[in-house]
Amino acid sequence: MAKRRPPADFVVERDDYKCIRCLACVRTCSYGANFYDERANRVFTENLKCVGCHFCEAICPTEAILVRHNPLATRENAHWTSEAVTDIMKQAETGGVLLTSMGNDKPHFTYFDRMVLNASQVTNPSIDPLREPMEIRTYLGRKPLALELENIEGGIALKTRIAPQLKLEVPIMFSAMSYGSISLNASKSLARGAQMMGTYFNTGEGGLHKDLKEFGENMIVQCASGRFGVNVDYLNAGAAVEIKIGQGAKPGIGGHLPGEKVTEPISETRMIPVGTDAISPAPHHDIYSIEDLRQLIYAIKEATRYEKPVGVKIAAVHNVAPIASGIVRAGADFVVIDGIRGGTGATPKVTRDNVGIPIELAVAVVDQRLRDEGIRHLASIVVAGGIKRSSDVVKAIALGADAVYIGTAALVALGCHLCQKCYMGKCNWGIATQDPKLVRRLNPEIGARRVANLLRAWALEIKEILGGMGINAIESLRGNRDVLRGVGLHEHELELLGIKPAGEAW
Amino acid sequence: MNLRFLKDPVPDKDFKVPSGCGVVGIMNQKRKTFSGELIMKSIALMRERGNGLGGGFAAYGIYPEFREYYAFHMLYDGDHKRKETEDFLKKRFEIVESEPIPTRRVKEIEERHLLWRYFLTPKAEATITFETEEDFIVDTVMFINAHINGAFVMSSGKNMGIFKGVGFPEDIGRFYRLDEYKGYIWLAHNRFPTNTVGWWGGAHPFGILDWAVVHNGEISSYGTNRRFLESFGYRCTLYTDTEVVAYLVDLFMRKLEYDHRTTAKILSAPLWQEIERMSSKKKELYTALRTVYGGALLNGPFAIIVANTEMMMGLNDRVKLRPLVAARKGDFLYIASEESGIRVVCPQPEEVWAPRAGEPVIGELVKEPEIQKIY
Repeated sequence: MAKRRPPADFVVERDDYKCIRCLACVRTCSYGANFYDERANRVFTENLKCVGCHFCEAICPTEAILVRHNPLATRENAHWTSEAVTDIMKQAETGGVLLTSMGNDKPHFTYFDRMVLNASQVTNPSIDPLREPMEIRTYLGRKPLALELENIEGGIALKTRIAPQLKLEVPIMFSAMSYGSISLNASKSLARGAQMMGTYFNTGEGGLHKDLKEFGENMIVQCASGRFGVNVDYLNAGAAVEIKIGQGAKPGIGGHLPGEKVTEPISETRMIPVGTDAISPAPHHDIYSIEDLRQLIYAIKEATRYEKPVGVKIAAVHNVAPIASGIVRAGADFVVIDGIRGGTGATPKVTRDNVGIPIELAVAVVDQRLRDEGIRHLASIVVAGGIKRSSDVVKAIALGADAVYIGTAALVALGCHLCQKCYMGKCNWGIATQDPKLVRRLNPEIGARRVANLLRAWALEIKEILGGMGINAIESLRGNRDVLRGVGLHEHELELLGIKPAGEAW
Repeated sequence: MNLRFLKDPVPDKDFKVPSGCGVVGIMNQKRKTFSGELIMKSIALMRERGNGLGGGFAAYGIYPEFREYYAFHMLYDGDHKRKETEDFLKKRFEIVESEPIPTRRVKEIEERHLLWRYFLTPKAEATITFETEEDFIVDTVMFINAHINGAFVMSSGKNMGIFKGVGFPEDIGRFYRLDEYKGYIWLAHNRFPTNTVGWWGGAHPFGILDWAVVHNGEISSYGTNRRFLESFGYRCTLYTDTEVVAYLVDLFMRKLEYDHRTTAKILSAPLWQEIERMSSKKKELYTALRTVYGGALLNGPFAIIVANTEMMMGLNDRVKLRPLVAARKGDFLYIASEESGIRVVCPQPEEVWAPRAGEPVIGELVKEPEIQKIY
């Protein structure tokens, strides 16, 4: 029987006239796609092995390489798309669950792009961020509804004691990516970048490498269902603790770290044998209901002497608003909501592409629900899942978020080309791999500068937009849905988002 | 429920009304009353700041003989609306006095509403479910404004009243015969609305209880402020940004009993860089105020004057995007959009200054005989 194999997704074209046979592409491709035929003195590519990460293209000194999408991988068919056909072929071959990485790549979930922002004209002046103060500092954590003040000699003093808060100089943090799913150099880049910009990175559920301890003041440590590396020192190592219940890329299931990535140092921090798959349980086995979550929140608060905010991360699912309300009432100081476009190092493709709801709708209904119940002040809302530009941050905050998490955007700043092969552990860019040869390709000093640059650029853009609206402090944007208008949205979607259609005045 | 989605609560009113305006406030700190002619003269001089689509006044100390009773100034779309509202009021109050607000014919004013005033005292059984009597009044006002279409409460305080309508303020003042009233605090407003038809209720001042607010500017943070207030039970029913100022002041100064300065520093918060430079105790306080009350920060350009029976306060936004000038002479404190508006009624003030961004000008009644410094 002729071989039934899936077609190649990519075609690597090589201009033989330009190729100088330096063989850099052959030596560097971790997937072994490029090879040299000595007798012919030519370099070839085995297209089936190419993942489309563009590394060889980027390093080729003579620009001889062009990686292109294979346009006719399968015959054109609007229903039986190339992706659908290829997936079936792969499963017929292996009989297994298809794995993938990064966030949902389908086009139909993005509401951010269907919302537009407001600006001042005549009746109120826009504010020029180059010449006027423009404030985007944000505090995350539990707040009282009102403050008690007392008269003291020479003035007024605060009587209420405020719960611990995280202070963010930019309302953007780096979301949970474990050491294991990404390399130590990638973790170091994020940690140092967060430190440079006065914000936070998140350890993910992989425990804490000793080299990251020094970034404790800018670190959120995660406690997930696998409990890898969780002990009292770990909980106290960061500025806050996050309990991970779910993740937007894979709601309802636990973390996946394929054994290929569990090297000696990973085994040390995770406390598992080398080469074993680290598959976290789908639920926390000590949380089978909301009251159990409360116990864990308070167990962690006790372990950290009530000095650190404790947050809970959930995937955005249909019932997200009541769930978030329960979490706030269970004592969480911040709630992280991860939408259907959230990224991951490894997830079943079927889950990533079909489970959960878009983050825009989730944050809108959660914020409204907490306000309706009068408990919005008890917890901050952090939004994650496919935030790809500064305007998404502005829109998320206007819908009701206090801050956002970015994951994929930060990795792109480090060089990621979104090939969605993190789970293979062979990342040519040195990000989602544990192979020392590949990890070396990412310089953490340069990486830190690049992610810090990204935050700086977005902060500047956020200030531009705020100034244009005539607002000079980000707290006046928070939950200010009046600044948003929807384009091409159904009436009920507009209602859920709490916004008006474009064209309608106040 | 998100009130912005109420279907057509009050036709032609559901706008946030950006407007550029003129404001003035005059106060005698020894509670000596003076006629409304003075402030009409001042606001008339700043005619350029309005376009004839709204003018109004607030006056304190005008009803000494009824000082124990809540004075409700009402706008009705017709007599049947008055009857409907009175049925509601009778369930909650003893009506001590009920009469039309006296007016005179002024050719510039096209009268559209039935204007009425009541002096009311709450029935004990009606207030039982409320924490305070004031909360009961707030609830009454919000109910009428939100649910009785065609009836609107202009003011609801004791020994004070708001008089407003569509027209230039000096004409509105003559229409309401304000020259015949004597008060110790007067506020006036000249409106330049930019996108709405004239509606009498949309003119300034806005009031709740004995608070009155006149406002020049646009509150760009309206959406945030409105939702912040909702968590304290306030319902913004008028769809005007000035309304939130009145409720915020009521929240902080009446319900939470904060002093003027603290309230001013919440509404017009100092910059973080200023807070960084404060002493540790003060820094802790101001950091907490901004962190907890971020939703109460008034953002965008504004100059406001707010008053109650005890005080008057002028306040600018945190970067001073609208004009505000203050002056003092003897027992009088003046606050106005323009210095000319002060000098026309007080040619030789002892002191004239432009308050700095976010720095309140506060005038409190002097407790006789000792004289307090205004700061």
